[in-house]
Amino acid sequence: MATVLELRNLTKKFAGDVTAVNNISMSIEGGEFVTLLGPSGCGKTTMLRMIGGFEYPDAGSVVLDGVDITDTPPYERPVNMMFQDYALFPHMTVESNIGYGLRISGIESRQVQHEVGEMLELIDLPGMQNRLPSELSNGQRQRVALARALIRKPKILLLDEPMSALDAKLRQSMQIELLSLHKKIGITFLMVTHDQTEAMVMSDRITVIRDGAIEQIGTPTELYDHPVTPYVADFLGQSNMIPAIVQRNTADRLIATVGCNELDVTDATVVGAIDNNVTLCIRPERIRLLESSSEVDTSLEVITGVMEQVLYSGSSLHFTILLDNNLTINVHYPLNTVLNSSLIAGIGDTVRCGVASATICIFSS
Amino acid sequence: MKHSTRTIRDFWLLFTGPAIWWSLVLLVPYVIMLMISFYTRKFPFHVPDFQFGNYLKLVEDPQYFLVIFRSLKIAFLVGVTAFVISYPLAYCLARKIKSNRVRLLLYVATIIPLWVSYLLRAYTWKTILGSEGILNSFLMWTGIIQEPSTFFLYNQFAMVITMAYIFTPFMVMPVYASLEKIPPSLIEASKDLGAGRIKTFLKITLPLSMPGVLAGFTFTFCLSAGDFISPALVGGPYSNMVANVVATQFGIAMNWPLGSALGMVLLFIVLAVITLSDRLERAGRINLA
Amino acid sequence: MNKVSQRRRRLDLGNTALGIAAASALGFLYGPIITLMIFSFNDNPITRLPLTGWTLDWYYKALTNSDLLAALWNSVIVAVAAVMICLVIGIPTAFALDRFDFRGKTLFRRLVILPITLPGIITGVSILAFFSMAGVKLSLLTVIIGHGTALTAIVVTNVFARLQRFDRRIEEASADIGARPWQTFVYITLPNIRSAIIGSALIAFTLSFDEIPVTYFLTGRDNTLPMYIWSVIRRGITPEINAIGTIIVALSIVLIFLSVLLIHSDGGTRKNRR
Repeated sequence: MATVLELRNLTKKFAGDVTAVNNISMSIEGGEFVTLLGPSGCGKTTMLRMIGGFEYPDAGSVVLDGVDITDTPPYERPVNMMFQDYALFPHMTVESNIGYGLRISGIESRQVQHEVGEMLELIDLPGMQNRLPSELSNGQRQRVALARALIRKPKILLLDEPMSALDAKLRQSMQIELLSLHKKIGITFLMVTHDQTEAMVMSDRITVIRDGAIEQIGTPTELYDHPVTPYVADFLGQSNMIPAIVQRNTADRLIATVGCNELDVTDATVVGAIDNNVTLCIRPERIRLLESSSEVDTSLEVITGVMEQVLYSGSSLHFTILLDNNLTINVHYPLNTVLNSSLIAGIGDTVRCGVASATICIFSS
Repeated sequence: MKHSTRTIRDFWLLFTGPAIWWSLVLLVPYVIMLMISFYTRKFPFHVPDFQFGNYLKLVEDPQYFLVIFRSLKIAFLVGVTAFVISYPLAYCLARKIKSNRVRLLLYVATIIPLWVSYLLRAYTWKTILGSEGILNSFLMWTGIIQEPSTFFLYNQFAMVITMAYIFTPFMVMPVYASLEKIPPSLIEASKDLGAGRIKTFLKITLPLSMPGVLAGFTFTFCLSAGDFISPALVGGPYSNMVANVVATQFGIAMNWPLGSALGMVLLFIVLAVITLSDRLERAGRINLA
Repeated sequence: MNKVSQRRRRLDLGNTALGIAAASALGFLYGPIITLMIFSFNDNPITRLPLTGWTLDWYYKALTNSDLLAALWNSVIVAVAAVMICLVIGIPTAFALDRFDFRGKTLFRRLVILPITLPGIITGVSILAFFSMAGVKLSLLTVIIGHGTALTAIVVTNVFARLQRFDRRIEEASADIGARPWQTFVYITLPNIRSAIIGSALIAFTLSFDEIPVTYFLTGRDNTLPMYIWSVIRRGITPEINAIGTIIVALSIVLIFLSVLLIHSDGGTRKNRR
C-alpha cells in the first residue's frame, strides 16, 4: 500500500519557548486507521492541525501523496477535518452544512443535493436535510460533521478527539460505527485522542506521543505486549511497575529480587541495556492467585504478599497485594475466569501469586 | 406566615414605590400625550376634544408628510453609514486582536465617545464643516480649493455625517458582541471545506454577525429619526426633521395637539421598527451552542 | 521558503487593509474631539486653520463667565438629584425584575426601557404635557424629574444584568448561617453588585450633565449647562465653547473610563481564545 502522508522533521514552537512538536517524522499508508495517542498538551493536536493547515510548522514539511503541502492554506488541501466541537454552521440546514464544501467548489445544486442525500443514507440519517444543527442530538451532530468532511472525498480524514463530547454508551457504539465506516469507504483516517482504550479498539497503528516526540509506533498488540519504554507500558492498559535488582546466578539464569521474592526472569523481554537496577513491568491480568503454599506450578514465578484490598467492578475483580518491601501490586481477574473461591484470601491474609516470566518486561531504571 | 404570603409581601414592599413612580412618569404622560393629540387647537392654547383633525393634517399637508419621510430617509442613511464605519473596527476588535488587555482598552476607547456630550460632539462638526471652519481652511491652505465651500455644512450631508459620527459606537457594541460569539472552529471548518478567506467571511462570519448588525442598526435608526440637535446645529433650512417640528409646535407655534399627534406618529414609527427588528431577530435566531 | 513568504504577504495585505479601516474608524471617532481640544488653546477667535498661537484666554473667559458658572452649578444639582432618583427607583425595579414573576412583567420591562430607546423628545414632550395638565410650573425640579425618568433605565438594565450573573447560592449560604434577609442584602448582595451600581450611577450622572431633549421642554428660569451651551452655539461659534467643551469632554472621558472598567471588572468573563 502506498504512503499517503509523510511528516518530515516537523517542528512547532509556541510563544514562551514552548516546543509543542519536536522534530517528528512518521509516515502513514493509504487506507490505514492511525491514532495519535497521548495526554493533553503532548503536541498531538498541534500535529493534526499542521496536517490540516491550521498551523504552520517552524521547520520540517508535510508531504501528501508526494506533494509538499506544508505552506498550502487549508482550503487548498485535499484533507478534511472533523472538529472536536463539530463546528456545524448553526445558520445552515443539515443539507447546506454537508453540501457546503461541494457548493464552494462550484458543483451545481442538483448534483450537490443528490450527493448529500447519498451521504445521509451512508451515515444513517435519511431525510434530515432540512433540520438545523440545534435540532439534532449530539450523536446526530457528530455524524453530520463526519459527513460534511467525507463528502469531499479527502485523501485523509482528520478526527480531533471525536468521542470526547459523547457519553460512555454512545461512545462505544460510535467507535463501532466509525470503524465500519472506515472499512466501507477506505479513506485514510488519522485520529487524535487521549483515550487509550479507544485507540486500541479502533486503530491499525498507534503513535504514542510524549512531550512533542514519538514514544513508539506500532499496532495495538505490539504496543501492549512489547512496549519499548515504561511510559508506553504505563499509558496503554495498566501495569505494575516494580523496582527490582537483577543478577545472573551460577546457572546463568537471570534472577530478579523483589523484596524477599526471587523470580527467574530469563525468558522475560529485556528492553534496552540494563544494569543491576531495573523496573519489572507486569500486567495485572497476567498475575494469577495460587492455591495455598502447597501448590507449585513450575511454569510460574511466585510472588508472596499480603492481601490489602478486594474491589468488585461489575465485570471484574481487582486485588491489591502488599509486598514485604512496602510495594503494592494489582491483580486483575475478569469474572468469567475460573477462580476457585478458596483462593480469595481475606484482607490481611498471606497470598501467593504466580506470573509467567515470558509476560514480564524489564526496563532499566 | 406562609412562605407564599411572605413572598407576595416582600414583592410589594419592594415594588410599590417604583410602581407608583413608573406609572406617574411614564404611563400617565404617554396617555396624556395621546389624549392631547385628539384635542383641538384654539387660540391661544387648546381645548379638550376628540377629533382626528391633527392626524389628518399630518397626512394631507405635504410639508408634514415630507418631514416624516425625510426623517426616515436620513435615519436610514445614518444607519448605513454607521454600519460601514463600525464593521471593520468591530471585526478587528473581535477577531484580530490577540491580547485581551489591548482588546478591552480599545473597546473602552470606542465606547467612551458615546457618552461624551452629544451636544459638543455635534458642535465640533459645525466647527469643522463651516465655511470658516477647519476643513475649508485646510483645503484652502493646501491649495485644493480657492474659495471656502458651502458644500459641507447646513445640509443633509452634514447631518448624516454628524449623526453617523454620534452613533458609530452604538453600532460597534452589538456588532462586536455578536462577532465575538462566533467560535473560531466554525471559521476553520469553513476553510477546511475549501472556502477561502473572503468566501468564509461572506458565508459564515457576516451572516452570523447579523443579529448584532440588526440591533445596532435599529437603535441607530430610532435615535436618528427622533433627533433634533443635529438638524438644528448643522442641518440648515431644508433639513427639518420630525423632532424639530414637534419642538416648534410645542414652542412658538403653540399648537400642542398637532405636536402631540406628530409625537405619537414618531412613537409609533419607532415602536414599529423595534418590533419588526425583534421579529426579524427571532426568526433568524440561531443557537450558537 | 518562497511559498511561505508568498502566503505571508497575501495574509498581510488583507490584514493591513482591515487594520487601516479600523484605525480610520477610531480616528474618525476621536478626530473631532481632539480638534476641539487643540483649538481651545488656539488664540485665533475664529476656529480655523492655520493655528496662530497658544493661549489660555478662552479657559479664563469660560471659567469667569457668571452665566456659565450658574448653569454649571444647576447641572450639578440636577445630576446629583437625578442620580439619587435613579438609584432609589432603579435598584428595587431591577430586583423586582430579577427575582419575581408577576403579571404584565414583559410589558413592564418594555415600558421601563422605552425612555432610552425612544428619542428623548417624546419623553420630554409627554412629561411637559403631564405637568401642564397638573398645573405644575417648570423649574429645576421638573428638570430633575425628567432626568430621573429618562435615566433610571440605565441603572435598571445594568443592575439587572449583574443580578442575572449573580450566584444566588451565596445568599442561600448566608441565610443558612442565620442572617436575616436584610442582613444578607446589606452584607452579601449589595457588595457584590456594588460595581454595577456605581458604574451605572456614574454613567447616569454624565448623561444628565449632557441631557438636552428632555431638559429643553422642562426648563423653567434656571438653565442647565447644556441648555446654556445650546443657546450660545445656536448663535455662532465662540472659542469659549471650545474651552468649556474640552473640560467637559476630558472629565467625561475619565468618568466613563472608570465606570466601564468597574462594570466589566467583576466576573466579566471574556471567552477563552486559542
